[in-house]
Amino acid sequence: MSGISEYIDSEVKGNEVVLFMKGTPGFPQCGFSGQVVQILDYLGVDYKGINILTSGELRQGIKDYSNWPTIPQLYVKGEFVGGCDIVREMFQSGELQPFLEEKGISVKGAA
Amino acid sequence: MSIQERIEAKLEKAFSPERMAVINESHLHAGHQADFDGKGETHFRVRIVTAKFAGMGRVDRHRAVKELLTEEFKDGVHALAIEPAAPGEAVRW
Repeated sequence: MSGISEYIDSEVKGNEVVLFMKGTPGFPQCGFSGQVVQILDYLGVDYKGINILTSGELRQGIKDYSNWPTIPQLYVKGEFVGGCDIVREMFQSGELQPFLEEKGISVKGAA
Repeated sequence: MSIQERIEAKLEKAFSPERMAVINESHLHAGHQADFDGKGETHFRVRIVTAKFAGMGRVDRHRAVKELLTEEFKDGVHALAIEPAAPGEAVRW
């Protein structure tokens, strides 16, 4: 594993919920990343946002890591959940909250 | 062939869809990045209903579409919204 994939792997495995995104949770720089931030914030989930715009190596590395060519990418307990479409679909169908709770993630916000 | 035509041809061949719509949404993202003038082929939405998706999970459906379009991503596609469904599932189009 190269340095960047080791870094990504340690972030994915070392944090319960990680969002690789463009910009930061406080200032998303892409509408798709922003939608996932809104959903996670609405549910009241603690997560770590990682801004892939800070490094070209990281931006390419995350695409290779998951074999998924687009950003954002959400990981829960080390598992790739999906990008914006999938997270939004799960949220709208009411699956996201029970999915997180089953994984032992505390959901403090809307019920 | 335009990128849109390439996407349509590849999806048609791989998935034999019951219904399909490939929509260029690049104009909605004009100015979001310096090189997005809104006239290009950077952002697409793929709506597709195919029997091939029956029994497949969400990630696998999206991955199947994205893997098919690896070359189009290399050639400038930046974002792909996907609305995948198997026959009989609810769609909103």
